[in-house]
Amino acid sequence: MLLIHCPWCGLRAETEFRCAGPVKPPRSEFIDKSDEAWLEYLYQADNRRGILEEYWCHEKGCGEWFKLRRDTATHEIMDGDTDS
Amino acid sequence: MSRANSKRLEFGGYIDRTQSLQFKFNGRDYVGFQGDTLASALMANGVNVLSRSFKYHRPRGIQNRGYADVTSLIQIAGINESPNILASVQPLYEGLEASSVNCWPSVSFDIGSIFGAFSPILPVGFYYKTFMWPNWHAFEPLIRRAAGFGKAPRRAPAGQFLSRFDHCDILVIGAGPAGLMAALTAAKSGARTMIVDEMTQPGGSLLYSKSELEGRFAIDWIARTVDELKSMDHVTCLWNSTAWGYQEGNMVCVSERAPIPEELISRNWKIWAKQVILATGAIERPIVFENNDVPGVMLCSAVMEAVQTYGVAPGTRAVLFTNNSSAYEILPYLRAADIELAAIVDTRSDVELDTVIGKDNSSVEVLLGASIQLVIRAGKRVKGVVVHAQDSSGKEKKGKIECDLVCVSGGWNPSVHLFSQSRGTLRYDDNIASFVPDQAVQATHCAGAITGEMSVAGCLKSAVNTGSKALSRIGIQAAPISIPEVSNGDHTDYQVDPFWSSTAGYKRVKAFVDFAGDVTVFDLKLAIQEGFDEIEHLKRYTTTGMGLDQGKTANVNAIGIIAFHLDCHPSEVGTTTFRPPYTPVEFGSIAGSQTGDVVLPYRHTPMTDWHRAHGAVMYEAGARWRRPGYYQMEGESMNEAINRECYAVRNHVGIYDGSPLGKFIIRGEDTEKLLNLIYTNSFSGLKPGQGKYGLMLNEEGLVFDDGVTFRIDDDQYLLSCSTGGAPAVERKLDKFINVECPELNVIITPVTSQWANATVCGPLARQMLQSTESDIDWSREVLPFMHVVEGIIAGMPVRVFRVSFTGELSYEINTPSRYGLKLWRYLIEVGQNWDICPVGSEANHVLRVEKGFLSLAHEVDGIVDPIDLGHGWMVSRNKNDFIGKRSMEIRRQSQPIRQELIGLLPKDSNQLISEGAPIAPEDKQALSEGFVSACVWSGVLERTIALGLLTDGRSRIGETVLAWDQGEPLSLEVTRPIFYDAEGIRLRM
Ligand SMILES: [Zn+2]
Repeated sequence: MLLIHCPWCGLRAETEFRCAGPVKPPRSEFIDKSDEAWLEYLYQADNRRGILEEYWCHEKGCGEWFKLRRDTATHEIMDGDTDS
Repeated sequence: MSRANSKRLEFGGYIDRTQSLQFKFNGRDYVGFQGDTLASALMANGVNVLSRSFKYHRPRGIQNRGYADVTSLIQIAGINESPNILASVQPLYEGLEASSVNCWPSVSFDIGSIFGAFSPILPVGFYYKTFMWPNWHAFEPLIRRAAGFGKAPRRAPAGQFLSRFDHCDILVIGAGPAGLMAALTAAKSGARTMIVDEMTQPGGSLLYSKSELEGRFAIDWIARTVDELKSMDHVTCLWNSTAWGYQEGNMVCVSERAPIPEELISRNWKIWAKQVILATGAIERPIVFENNDVPGVMLCSAVMEAVQTYGVAPGTRAVLFTNNSSAYEILPYLRAADIELAAIVDTRSDVELDTVIGKDNSSVEVLLGASIQLVIRAGKRVKGVVVHAQDSSGKEKKGKIECDLVCVSGGWNPSVHLFSQSRGTLRYDDNIASFVPDQAVQATHCAGAITGEMSVAGCLKSAVNTGSKALSRIGIQAAPISIPEVSNGDHTDYQVDPFWSSTAGYKRVKAFVDFAGDVTVFDLKLAIQEGFDEIEHLKRYTTTGMGLDQGKTANVNAIGIIAFHLDCHPSEVGTTTFRPPYTPVEFGSIAGSQTGDVVLPYRHTPMTDWHRAHGAVMYEAGARWRRPGYYQMEGESMNEAINRECYAVRNHVGIYDGSPLGKFIIRGEDTEKLLNLIYTNSFSGLKPGQGKYGLMLNEEGLVFDDGVTFRIDDDQYLLSCSTGGAPAVERKLDKFINVECPELNVIITPVTSQWANATVCGPLARQMLQSTESDIDWSREVLPFMHVVEGIIAGMPVRVFRVSFTGELSYEINTPSRYGLKLWRYLIEVGQNWDICPVGSEANHVLRVEKGFLSLAHEVDGIVDPIDLGHGWMVSRNKNDFIGKRSMEIRRQSQPIRQELIGLLPKDSNQLISEGAPIAPEDKQALSEGFVSACVWSGVLERTIALGLLTDGRSRIGETVLAWDQGEPLSLEVTRPIFYDAEGIRLRM
């Protein structure tokens, strides 16, 4: 189980958090692109092995949302990001 | 059967002979001593057979020590009854009651052992070959009866389980010489240190070793070291505690058994360690030969432990069978226990006998380059062995040696399980003919025998070095520490020749590789012949290492045998990945105190006690809310109660507890913008006091939730959503405003449980409310449909919403939760003159079906869009964007004909149809064209009515379709999905 740094609460157990998936560009950038581009945006995850930027929410704690960079191969957390 | 403690030595052992303990095994009474395990006490009493094997039901006794003794499986009875306990680690206590598992009717006479006699019917891969459609059912009852280990207890244990977290600088796993030394190094340097060991006594192999440290007995050094560790506040010692899982994040799960005997069964620790030192030692490896599972065949270390630790002589005449130098350490133990050594059988040819045997044993027959091929048994015990050897001229010869004990050592396998679980890689080390840790992936270090170092002196030195290295990684300078001198019989020049199996090939005789899963050499050979030549496949096909053993004793032999048959080096075969748990862990231990209702607690409205006192049958309304399903009066059936409640709402007045309805306050200058994005219809220009029904889609363009949103005042909106959907709506909105549209200036506050809701509905609702003590003008002109007012009722602050889920004139009266019960009681009292009737969710369901109102999880099943539901009018054409718009349009382009919401009238007006019944034409039953989503008896229509989804349904009104209810076709007429007050006059009154 990972220890995750919440910008408000500090290091807390992974079970208190919810991962909301990889950081994507805002939907507004894709909403009027071609059908293919929109569906690609919606459904295709690149499921990368390596460093990935994700949204996490300290759901069972303070409720804060933040971005996190995590290595999907090693589970290493690179840094917290508080400016989301 | 035998005299009490007949195998107990007169002296010796770390047991307290002044404290005898009575216990029962398989219904017989025995006596053991404080300090015994159940296994040692049984051995002392001459009990040979502890269990029956998994597949062939062969009798099995003590073979190994500690958690590697996978054949000593028993079931403990009593208030904390538990199956699948190893007798070899179960401390004996007064009154312990245990029994064998996996045997019927008794351990001595076992019906299942016919599997042994007819073993050709259980070949390798039997389950894969047999459990295939359509015939596997034929075998299922037989296999279910025969397979498996203990019986699940019928009652919950009287004791408790707990689970907790902890953090430390250095976590040392294993308290043998290396573990204790590593922990001492860390602790003396000031690091927060934890050390765990699976046995009740720390010390590992030193406990039965004859080595001396600093000129004193090993156990003295253990005691002194443990005392020193325990004297330091920053050290935590956990004994009788197995590290069973090494997870990501350098977190190790440790199950501590019986922290408070009887009361606390186990405590699961989740320990985050900055650095982990694995000092897990090594497990002695069996040798594979025929009948190598007969009781009386034991590993040397198990015999040594029996003699030294428990003062038990496990036999009277022994043959020693080895391929390595460590086995010769057993000689003084055999002498001490007065066990005659009949012969030494060593597979190696170049052994310097003088150095390994010494003068005392010069009379022993030693056979070099020899092997045991077969164990001869008498009853359920070893009677002798057949040895295969070459004489000095190289001529082959075979001989029989009588004995009742076979001491075996096939070398030592480092306990690499946790290292492998941590995703570290393994490497085959030719020096020890086994696998050792190679590359660590997490902050993991290895010390002692796990690295292949088999001498005590070497382990101590390795521990200090490893400890210092781990400390330096977290910026702690290791304090100087002296390494104790080791004397007397330390094993400094370990030498082993791999010997994977003797292959005499007797027919119908088994040579076991995996004792726990009953996997034999023959099974491995057969699997290879069938084309399974990859270790991961072989493991699964043969189940080697997949049972209780988890590879502790079986894996390396299996890999060696496979390599031999594939004619390659064991390193080319490789290992499978070890997975948690290292030893069995109770579910209770993982769950901790989170069991029963506490796991997901129910939520109750303030009116719950009233409901219960008035005959309410409580239902779960979604999101763990409890709500009345119906109120049953005396002598009334459920259907009568529902009909009565429906009648009240349609004809005079009903009241229901709507508190669980999901509610959110939304504020901020962009609230209108947000509502326009999350709902399909337009929320622009909503005035304070007004409300609007909205459909919420997901980004895939499918209906996600529905509900009414009111503008309470200039900058405050109240959004309501379905009870069950509220948590998902909250997560979705929260993510949306934080991640997808962070530029929106809005704040969302969930207020569901802040408000109690009593909804008064029915044609007389207004009359009734007008007689309440209130400042609210209830008239249609002042408070029309879809409007909200704030006011006071009988001194209580309320917010009244004119929303209707029943199709009748309806007032949702919200009050802060603390007034909920008082308001409810007041309304019931005032309502007496109108025959007010409390109604539950069953009646609500009937009323909403009559009106064709949507219900989440009925009609809205996650694959419908608004147009499917006949709510196309709610999809704004003026808005450029809302969540789901784009995807819905794309889907509709490619799939113009979809299933649509329709009403259904059973041809037989009394017929009820199961929810979910598929609709399909008679000749094409496999092709469903829809389903029945709800079917109820309607009191106002005096018949059954239903809702459903049907392909192209709206253009098929008037058609007759078939619903298949458990295979029976039922005729239904397709209608519009509304059966009552289609114009909606009543709810707007
Ligand atoms: Zn937080």
